[in-house]
Amino acid sequence: MLKDITLGQYFPGESVIHKADPRVKIILTFLLMIAIFIIDTYMGFLIMALFTALIVIVSDVPVKYTLKGLKPVLFIAVFAAVINIFFVREGTPLFDYGFIHITYEGLDRTVKTTIRLTLLIVVASILTLTTTPILLTDGIEKLMKPLSIVGVPAHEIAMMMTIALRFIPTLLEETDKIMKAQAARGADFDTGNIVQRAKSFIPVLVPLFVSAFRRADELATAMEARCYRGGEGRTRMRQLTLTVSDLYLCVAAALVIGFIVYLQYFI
Amino acid sequence: MNDSIVKVNDVSYIYSSNISEGREVKALSEINAEFKRGQFIVVIGRNGSGKSTFARLLNALLLPVEGTVIVNGIDTRDEEKVWEIRRSVGMVFQNPDNQIVGTIVEEDVAFGPENLGLPTEEIIKRVADALQAVGISEYSKYAPHLLSGGQKQRVAIAGILAMKPECIVLDEATSMLDPIGRKEVMNVLKKLNKEEGITVIHITHHMDEASMADRVIIVDEGKIVLDGPPKKVFSNVEKVKGLGLDVPQVTELFNELKKEGFQLPDGVLSVDEAVDILADIIVRNP
Repeated sequence: MLKDITLGQYFPGESVIHKADPRVKIILTFLLMIAIFIIDTYMGFLIMALFTALIVIVSDVPVKYTLKGLKPVLFIAVFAAVINIFFVREGTPLFDYGFIHITYEGLDRTVKTTIRLTLLIVVASILTLTTTPILLTDGIEKLMKPLSIVGVPAHEIAMMMTIALRFIPTLLEETDKIMKAQAARGADFDTGNIVQRAKSFIPVLVPLFVSAFRRADELATAMEARCYRGGEGRTRMRQLTLTVSDLYLCVAAALVIGFIVYLQYFI
Repeated sequence: MNDSIVKVNDVSYIYSSNISEGREVKALSEINAEFKRGQFIVVIGRNGSGKSTFARLLNALLLPVEGTVIVNGIDTRDEEKVWEIRRSVGMVFQNPDNQIVGTIVEEDVAFGPENLGLPTEEIIKRVADALQAVGISEYSKYAPHLLSGGQKQRVAIAGILAMKPECIVLDEATSMLDPIGRKEVMNVLKKLNKEEGITVIHITHHMDEASMADRVIIVDEGKIVLDGPPKKVFSNVEKVKGLGLDVPQVTELFNELKKEGFQLPDGVLSVDEAVDILADIIVRNP
């Protein structure tokens, strides 16, 4: 039951966005996110939304998938709406009844917050939907490399992420095995209230942790036996190379972001 | 170049326990051995006989408490050259899951050469060659957890091969595999030994794997008890059994027949050989 999980949420494809360099994608995602926070006009939001929609279409990922991540945000949006609608007192009142004061400003802020969150989620999910976890890790390692001068262990972080990705399926399989073994000994995972159910997982977690530590120890020995000695002097089989389509992507994003900034500050 | 790849001189190894102060376990005592280049060597012993410790001494994962281990003319205590030693003596471990680092097969095979700091083109070539040699080229883009145990161990062997070792040490690498997986791994090892001339030191407790070796070493309580070609070692049926180990089934059958007064040769190891001999006897004494 735990076996058929997919790592991350990568949606395989051959689009320009899929093939783009992960470093470029990560940086552009960050810049677009900053831009989304800067925007404060509906015109800006419209441009941003159109650009995001364009990316979704180009990436060839079904819209359904890109919107999947929005579900948990819905709650936050509703919460923000309630706060903004009921607690923003100043401004032009639109509706006034008892303790409910809805102002134009409150409504305005609610709509903008919702749009902002939606755009953020969609932009972020396009990154993870079009990039495999491996490439994402590679991209992060390369981007953090300059930070190693100030003592950020870029290579180590990337190695840890790789190992974590590698062992997720293994540990899931193991969890499944331990749960079955404990169930065979009479453990009950499905009845009782939340506290009882949480407690019933202790006999699963303890062996799982013990085995994870044992695996870590063995893996470290195996890595040492294969001449691993940290990031220094290490080369990579997979090289990231920038292509012309990366350039196009950068130019397009730069135009949109530039235009948004112009709208925001110079008009 | 001399023809011995590993030389073990008077080596002892002692594990000191952290929990009970002063309690020490002598895993190996005064072992002497010399391994010739290109041989297929099988080391057998019970659990706790010191065979894993022995394996780990061969590529400087452990350093001898007494004595010296010389790999390719380098003392394993030489810290400067430890990476050269580990490159030339590759090691495959027991649990296939716990030695695969990469999230896809080819990336894992590339791990060793990447650590050696080789240029990209060279890594790509070596990875392709290594996968080819162990016969899993078609799985190069697979996630390791989708492979069978035998395939995973072959990935691990490919990962070692990509570092171009002269010797591969397998520390009970077949013990967690099913019979098919074991056969796959043994076939790969035989091929590498015969075709590439790689020295194989295979630690196991499967007797049938020992019968095909050039040399069998039986370790017990930290000492080498028997050492020689399999025919010679397994002709000491009583001694081997006395150590709590089995001999191959046919060897045991022949031993029992001999006790009954039949005139049979010593050290028969394979079923085919046994069939020939028995058929011959039956024909001659109708």
